Amino acid sequence: MSKPKVAFYWCASCGGCEEAVVDLAEDILKVVEAVEIVLWPVALDFKRKDVEAMADGEIAVSFINGAVRTEEQLEMVELLRRKSQMVVAFGSCAHIGGIPGLANFSNRKGVFERVYHTSESTSNPSGVVPKTRVTVPEGELTLPEFFDTVNTLDQVIDVDYYLPGCAPPADLIMDAVTAILEGNLPPKGTVLASKKSLCDECDRNDSKPEKLQISELKRVHLTEVDPEKCFLAQGIICLGMVTRGGCGQRCVNANMPCRGCFGPTDEVKDFGLKAMSSIASIFNIEGEKDMSEEETQKLIDSIVDPAGLFYMYNLPSSILRRRKMED
Amino acid sequence: MGNKITIDPITRLEGHGKIEIFLDDDGNVANAYLQIPELRGFEKFSEGRRAEEMPRITPKICGVCPTTHHMCSAKALDDLYGVEPPPAAKKIRELIYSAFMFEDHTLHFYFLGGPDFVVGPMAPAADRNILGVIQKVGLEAASEVIAIRRKTRDIITKLGGRVIHPVCGLPGGVSKGVTPEDREEFIQTAREAVEFAKFSMQLFNDIVLGNKEYVDVIVGDIYKHSTYYMGLVDENNKTNFYDGMVRVVDPEGNEFAKFKGQDYLDHIDEHVEEWSYIKFPYLKNVGWKGFVDGMDSGVYRVAPLARLNAADGMATPLAQAEYERMYEILGGKPAHNTLAFHWARLVEQMYAAERLLELAEDEEILCDHIRNIPTGTPTEGIGVIEAPRGTLYHHYKTDEKGVIQKANLIVATVNNSPAICMSVKKAAQGLIKNGEVNDGLLNMVEMAFRAYDPCMACATHSLPGETPLIVTIKDNKGDVVKVLQQNG
Ligand code: SF4
Ligand code: SF4
Repeated sequence: MSKPKVAFYWCASCGGCEEAVVDLAEDILKVVEAVEIVLWPVALDFKRKDVEAMADGEIAVSFINGAVRTEEQLEMVELLRRKSQMVVAFGSCAHIGGIPGLANFSNRKGVFERVYHTSESTSNPSGVVPKTRVTVPEGELTLPEFFDTVNTLDQVIDVDYYLPGCAPPADLIMDAVTAILEGNLPPKGTVLASKKSLCDECDRNDSKPEKLQISELKRVHLTEVDPEKCFLAQGIICLGMVTRGGCGQRCVNANMPCRGCFGPTDEVKDFGLKAMSSIASIFNIEGEKDMSEEETQKLIDSIVDPAGLFYMYNLPSSILRRRKMED
Repeated sequence: MGNKITIDPITRLEGHGKIEIFLDDDGNVANAYLQIPELRGFEKFSEGRRAEEMPRITPKICGVCPTTHHMCSAKALDDLYGVEPPPAAKKIRELIYSAFMFEDHTLHFYFLGGPDFVVGPMAPAADRNILGVIQKVGLEAASEVIAIRRKTRDIITKLGGRVIHPVCGLPGGVSKGVTPEDREEFIQTAREAVEFAKFSMQLFNDIVLGNKEYVDVIVGDIYKHSTYYMGLVDENNKTNFYDGMVRVVDPEGNEFAKFKGQDYLDHIDEHVEEWSYIKFPYLKNVGWKGFVDGMDSGVYRVAPLARLNAADGMATPLAQAEYERMYEILGGKPAHNTLAFHWARLVEQMYAAERLLELAEDEEILCDHIRNIPTGTPTEGIGVIEAPRGTLYHHYKTDEKGVIQKANLIVATVNNSPAICMSVKKAAQGLIKNGEVNDGLLNMVEMAFRAYDPCMACATHSLPGETPLIVTIKDNKGDVVKVLQQNG
């Protein structure tokens, strides 16, 4: 029997997901043995026409990382979708938008203004900005346009599975590869990580009281942090309640709170909204049983940059999707 | 109007950086353009974010060097809040940083740029990759490369939570300390790293320096540019990656400027062109004269060879010995040979390993005073660090709550963007004569480009680009007459 064909592809990503594959280290040899890698731009030479020449469905599985924000990326993932039996959204950006998805708070115009005009280190008296078509003395040069909005992979093509994380940890990658090779797969649409929340798996969870009550929110950089105790119990916002488990509590291990790179658990529709309501529900002012809505609102208002915090990794996949732009 | 050659380094990356070469009517190179076709706008969407999240946001500029952005951001926060990390915290940061510089230089030398040399600059492009390296050095040595990278990266995981996008940096220190058991392990790894650095140097000696053909390529005129050089130095003017003063030397090697990272705006300006999303930094006090060499041009270079040129030596013994030997063979300082960036990278790999060992052996890293909690009101902060690919600046302005109002970044590879354009042009000029395109063009231009280890993720704040090239030669009607391509 011939080996299953596998493709790796990257869209608008930082390269960290590629490093995650390289970080399989010695294990990567096992993968290479079991499959035929037909496409891996970072490591192997690649010609798009080779992919185009393949039969539809010839590739067993394509792992695609990065969000989608250019025409070329869109065309490439559509092509891979056609040629692949299975598509796995690999990493936070493909899964939920990732940090670059915060760009949905702004637009191309705002970026240009900042980078080419107002930046402190830029000297641009004649107001030059890059153009998609430019005539230089020797001829013509072109630059591609990029979309104003960052998209998750499943907003542009059909996705079978998701491997979460920024970047996905080695054990989950290996588990997914093994499950695929053995044909031992959960229903379509499954996120290939824990079913539980991060809190459920966190070794600080025991120090989280049954009924959490905090009356003041603290910022991690201004607070002495107890390395044994649940962050929330210390008044520091940690997003473990809403976040899917499976990362091995990596940030908590470094004594830092979770920021939700694994995305929401199955029960959660909108990560940011759920995170906000969870935080609201644990507020309590000393002596009072429950806070009034108004008081809760006041405390919520005291949170600095709530949108940037609760949607840090998932803005493109959220109900906000992007802020409404004037133009 | 002559012919146009398109070198698209990112066939693999679909539009994330390309080089266009135009020929004049005689078929000689008229000009070369490195175009960066994407921009993600980190400067913009950082606005409104909490300052303390910046060390967790900015690493996503690049998954290859997230530790650089993380540390630079933490240093910018130190400055923003006017808080000094305690000695142990500084050492822990530098320990993480040394592990990172070591593993990143190792990645580049063995997997990315080094194959040009290890396998040979004249070898077919198809062999100049990691598989070719394995063939040349043997599987055992290749496994060692994988193993030492894993072990040094484990140090970052242990202290930073994640090796891809670490999270431990805070204004005034780090979130996690070192245990005695960790330290034992770090010392062991650091010793192995020093041995590995020796092995790499030996390999370079045997394969590259032992081969006259290679040495001729390194010192040859095609790969030479006389520019200014920039790098961080310590109080003795020795190369430092984590901290110190920014020193700039002129093309003759004389100190031109020495300044604190906080004063970068007095020394650096960025020029904008219509044909690239990347900006072109230059020395403000020399001025932008275009893409040209020499004393009167503000073009400067950064990254390994530039750092060594800008310093008076290395702070550790083995690295210092290698430093002296390198300049002796290259014929003195500063060295203008672009391909010697690979060599300088190995000298730095040695320094990173030795420094890692020094720090791991330092008992102070066990001290549990690892944070000073900021008490000041934040307004403005600037951080500077030496990334593997050059000097990196993070500059934040905030309101009194520490919410980012303005962020400005000058990212490592970007400093080199004018010089990369120049190097590509010069290599092309040497290899394209009267319309005759030498078949070695692809390799040689690619080598010019790769010596800088340009990271497109950093440069464009978009994608990394360790890249094979496609050269498309077009006639003046825009019709393709010839395509050169790897494995083509
Ligand atoms: S809130 Fe954070 S620290 Fe607390 S149990 Fe959940 S993941 Fe752990
Ligand atoms: S702790 Fe949270 S932010 Fe950190 S890796 Fe895990 S899921 Fe991601």
